[in-house]
Amino acid sequence: MKILVCMKQVPQKDAPLKLNENGSWIREDVSYEVNEPDAYALEEALRQKEKHGGEVVAITAGPARASQVLREALAKGADRAIHLEDPAFVTLDALNTARAVAAAVKGESFDLVFTGLQSDDYGFAQTGVILAELLGWPHATIIMHIEKNDAGIRVKRELEAGFFQFVQMPLPAVLTIQSGINKLRYATLIGIKQAKNKPLRKVTMAEVQAALGPNLQVLEKLYIPQKTKKTEKLEGPASEVAKKIVEKLRNQARVL
Amino acid sequence: MANTILVVAEQHEGKLNRVSFETVKAAQDISAAKGWPVHAAVAGGGIEQVAGEIAAMDVERLHAIDSPALAAYTPDGFAFALNRFIADTSPQLVLMPHTYQVRDFAPKLATALGRPLISDCIGFKTEGDRLLFTRSMFQGKFAADVSFACGAPWFATFQNGAFRGDQARRAASPRAVELFSIDLPESVIRNRPEAPFKEARQAVDLTQADVIVAVGRGIKEQKNIDLARDLAAALGGEIAASRPICDSGWLPMDRQIGSSGQTVAPKLYFALGISGAIQHVVGMKGSRTVIAINKDSEAPIFEVADLAVVGNLFDIVPPLIEEIKKARA
Ligand SMILES: Cc1cc2nc3c(=O)[nH]c(=O)nc-3n(C[C@H](O)[C@H](O)[C@H](O)COP(=O)(O)OP(=O)(O)OC[C@H]3O[C@@H](n4cnc5c(N)ncnc54)[C@H](O)[C@@H]3O)c2cc1C
Repeated sequence: MKILVCMKQVPQKDAPLKLNENGSWIREDVSYEVNEPDAYALEEALRQKEKHGGEVVAITAGPARASQVLREALAKGADRAIHLEDPAFVTLDALNTARAVAAAVKGESFDLVFTGLQSDDYGFAQTGVILAELLGWPHATIIMHIEKNDAGIRVKRELEAGFFQFVQMPLPAVLTIQSGINKLRYATLIGIKQAKNKPLRKVTMAEVQAALGPNLQVLEKLYIPQKTKKTEKLEGPASEVAKKIVEKLRNQARVL
Repeated sequence: MANTILVVAEQHEGKLNRVSFETVKAAQDISAAKGWPVHAAVAGGGIEQVAGEIAAMDVERLHAIDSPALAAYTPDGFAFALNRFIADTSPQLVLMPHTYQVRDFAPKLATALGRPLISDCIGFKTEGDRLLFTRSMFQGKFAADVSFACGAPWFATFQNGAFRGDQARRAASPRAVELFSIDLPESVIRNRPEAPFKEARQAVDLTQADVIVAVGRGIKEQKNIDLARDLAAALGGEIAASRPICDSGWLPMDRQIGSSGQTVAPKLYFALGISGAIQHVVGMKGSRTVIAINKDSEAPIFEVADLAVVGNLFDIVPPLIEEIKKARA
């Protein structure tokens, strides 16, 4: 199976985020990592390839720094990578991001496209589904298991409130992958070394521009949400904090 | 034609998803600001009864988009049916709850109509004539105001809990349900869904626990979970976790709290190193007292906490266990 994995670089989970001067975006001087469900999507693609043969291609859209997620993907076993490289990709809405990805892989024939189910930054939860619509392919979201069969694939969708559902679908198809679908691997030293010789194709904004349009949803302002609740804050030396928590456990929670 | 707001309510197997009332409330509030009347629709197969439940709400018109081909949910079927319905009724604004099902078909529907979807909104604002939607970003650390730069129809989804469903205005007398039948060619639907099921019965029922100590990724390593276990033991409570902890296999899945785990409302919910993502919070916000320890003073979990302990859990928890033991002795 030939699988395309869409991956995004997002600020590290623990990174202290600050707004930029005009409140249009965060300050870029933070550490980045791969968006978590995208890491699971890559892992699943590698596992499918190990079972059924084929090729795994990783793609990302973002500034130069984002090539790090592609290098990691190549080190873990992806065969090649595509980098839509331009800082402006960060500002695209989900529709334009999907259009850019579709344009970058035009002419290729994938059996499957994987994306993470949403990103930690925008959290649109849309890019994969939109991409399916643009390609004219069926899709399924929040996937926790994939098995190939004669008619295509049978996937397990996570539903709400502890429910799941199997869905049979034809190929080619787009799947959005949920964290926890598998256990992530680490890159090996050999993998990291081999990655250096694997193809990484760069695609400029100019090359896909014709496929894009203006963002039809406009992010006007980013800000720190107003606190709706006055929460009692407790800080200080651990031993004093511990005593105060115990007071709370006794007097308010009444569990002591 | 006058601008209207269309609420797409959600049903599963003939049962209305209660979160639909939150969307009705959002629509009524926007209606109050903009003067646009509220219509509602529900799609499925044999859904008269569900439509009846919505009919109790104060909406101007109510449609049942009914077809045997919609009896089992598929993104192809729902996107096709709603596309037809929207073409027929031309709403200005289409509102839906940000559920798993809506996430599955709404981006497809909007894209087919060449329109964007502002997803996972937590509110709206008006600025003069303009309507802005507020959505949370960066896992709740920031919010953003977002506007549409295109004509109708506009699509937006609202996060679970963003509006109070119990405050949705009821109708004096129930609306008549207008049937919208649709001819849905079989070839449209490519996916073959099987019946939804639950995984084998859960070994632990956390809903019965009075005290829950929940750990998140702030616990850093699997072996540190013992620290949380000790705290739970000192308090006579159960241990639970955020999703990433269960994804890593550090605790079994049946200890997960949140939208894809258990929903609990104990007397005390003690959150250790949990950031407070919405998918976690929906599973524990009904707790009577919430105490959270987090080293980040801006962590969203503090929004639902009664006591926000800002600090390193590894410094605070060991002396806390000692203090609890003393208090219990
Ligand atoms: C469709 C869907 C369904 C989901 N379902 C669920 C669900 O059911 N349950 C769930 O929990 N999640 C769910 N998630 C995931 C959710 O979005 C979050 O990613 C997850 O809850 C984050 O877990 P966390 O708070 O443990 O980790 P993080 O967000 O990484 O937070 C770790 C926190 O620990 C703090 N910390 C770090 N070190 C220390 C220290 N030494 N002392 C004190 N604090 C420290 C940090 O400041 C941070 O706030 C779902 C996501 C999606 C998209």
